[in-house]
Amino acid sequence: MCGIAGLIWKGGVTSDIGSEMTQMLQALKHRGPDSTGFALYGKGEEGVHVLRFKVAEQEEMKTGFDIHRQVIERKAAVDTRLEEMGAEVTTREDATEYAFRYHFKFGGDLKRLIDYIEDLDSVEILSVGKGLELIKDLGDAALVSEQYGLSGFVGTHAIGHTRMATESDVDIRSAHPYWAYPFNDVSVVHNGQLTNYWTNRRDLERRGHRFMSNCDSELIAVYIADRIDQGDELEPAMKRSIEKLDGVFTYLVATSDQLGMAKDVMAAKPMVLYESDEFVGLASEEVAIRSIFPREIDTWDPYQGEVKVWAA
Amino acid sequence: MGSVTTSHEMGLHEEQLTGRTQQMYFSATEEENYTYPWGYEVDYANSAEFDAADLSISEINLKIRELMQSGHGTITVKNPRAKHSLGVGILNRLNLNFEGSLGYFGCGLIDGPNVRITGRVGWSCAENMMAGTVVIEKNAGSLFGAAIRGGDLVCKGQAGARVGIDQKGGTIIVGGSVGAFTGFMMQRGRMILLGDTGDNLGDSMYDGTIYVGGKIASLGVDCVETELTDLDRKYLKGKLDLYGMETPNGIDSIIKLTSGKQLWNYDNLEPTEKKLVL
Repeated sequence: MCGIAGLIWKGGVTSDIGSEMTQMLQALKHRGPDSTGFALYGKGEEGVHVLRFKVAEQEEMKTGFDIHRQVIERKAAVDTRLEEMGAEVTTREDATEYAFRYHFKFGGDLKRLIDYIEDLDSVEILSVGKGLELIKDLGDAALVSEQYGLSGFVGTHAIGHTRMATESDVDIRSAHPYWAYPFNDVSVVHNGQLTNYWTNRRDLERRGHRFMSNCDSELIAVYIADRIDQGDELEPAMKRSIEKLDGVFTYLVATSDQLGMAKDVMAAKPMVLYESDEFVGLASEEVAIRSIFPREIDTWDPYQGEVKVWAA
Repeated sequence: MGSVTTSHEMGLHEEQLTGRTQQMYFSATEEENYTYPWGYEVDYANSAEFDAADLSISEINLKIRELMQSGHGTITVKNPRAKHSLGVGILNRLNLNFEGSLGYFGCGLIDGPNVRITGRVGWSCAENMMAGTVVIEKNAGSLFGAAIRGGDLVCKGQAGARVGIDQKGGTIIVGGSVGAFTGFMMQRGRMILLGDTGDNLGDSMYDGTIYVGGKIASLGVDCVETELTDLDRKYLKGKLDLYGMETPNGIDSIIKLTSGKQLWNYDNLEPTEKKLVL
């Protein structure tokens, strides 16, 4: 089933989006308690990249042989490779034992750097961006938010996802949001199923795109990345995706300063929209929006095949 | 009365004696028979209200039942905050007011009450409603009035996709626009859509009537336009006046749609196929 939510403060206004998104996703917990993910967009600093990566799955942490030593080794290997490529790491934070948050400065080819790090066994880069920070883990929103200390995260916009696994495993790599590798600050959440996943995946893989999981939703992130790569703006790319992707879906995409939503031509998956002069909130159910706006608000359902994009 | 007795006399209802049927027979001459045997005695003048902000879904629904049990005929629920499944399964006469929005499946499976909702409703509002009225002041989600069998369901704002899918009776009125596949597989009843409609309106409808006041994106398979008669005009005026609504471009601009019955071929088997079946 899955629940998705998105919010954006207009006109560059910032707010505690960490707490807001946690509340929204917690209200959607009944749509899927398997895992929860956040893509939060902070202001960021010019010339500094934020890197979020993990070196193990939760399952592995429970059962893996000698895993605690391996985790330290894997992290050290990432550090070495960052240094080899000439990236200057300014801060290192341990979000959990197996997931980390780095700030680094780098002037070279970012895709090469990312590919080189991901070449390491069990290392997955969750996101790289100026403002984007992508956090995902097993459990409900309150749990993940507390584990990663998300309350008090100040930013302009965010998307999030609570997952009920239907098409692939319950693990972090199959959790949403997906980062549109290797593009800075682009992330996707999706509710639904894609039926032409393999056709599109093979096509995109032949053209050099990387898939980390077997989750059908990852296709949307890679597809949008491919369109941006070919010079499309976000809105035309999303409009095109409605023709190209087959199945039932409602998905949200966020970039460094935009938030977009798209709905399939059958309008099979829900989406409720609230828009005011200073704020736009979207969610699978109105309860999520009402968790941050307890007062009465006007909301509506976007129609089939609709694409909308808002700027921060 | 006569026909019911006769069929009983003819022994057509013997299964009832063995307890294998859930059919119930109503007599128009006896007033109490219009309600269910387990229905509550309520007085419309006896009103009550409560705040639902901190209550769970089942607590709210139980509270409505408790109030009906104590004879309250007018109940106002404040701050429903878009919670799901509120006001469902009410098989009683009752004036129910929601001051706010409902989530999914609001007022589903009801038979009898008059419901007013000042906010918006989510997916599948008044699904399978048997009788009564539900009036929504703002917008409605998809699957609005799915499979309703009777009563009036009114949305003054816009509604989502698949409005009145599988409608089997009653009337659905939408003041604004509606989404794709509205009236899909409609079987009976009437739908009055005052705004624009999405693609595939009335797709595969068996029967029933759809009135449209706005622009139609496209008609579905076997949905055909037909002549608007004086009887239709009178009916539309009566229904819309009742809920204080108006046609956007006058009553004569209304398009009446019904089933072309070209798909009614369930008994048109080829003789050779028939032999196989028999």
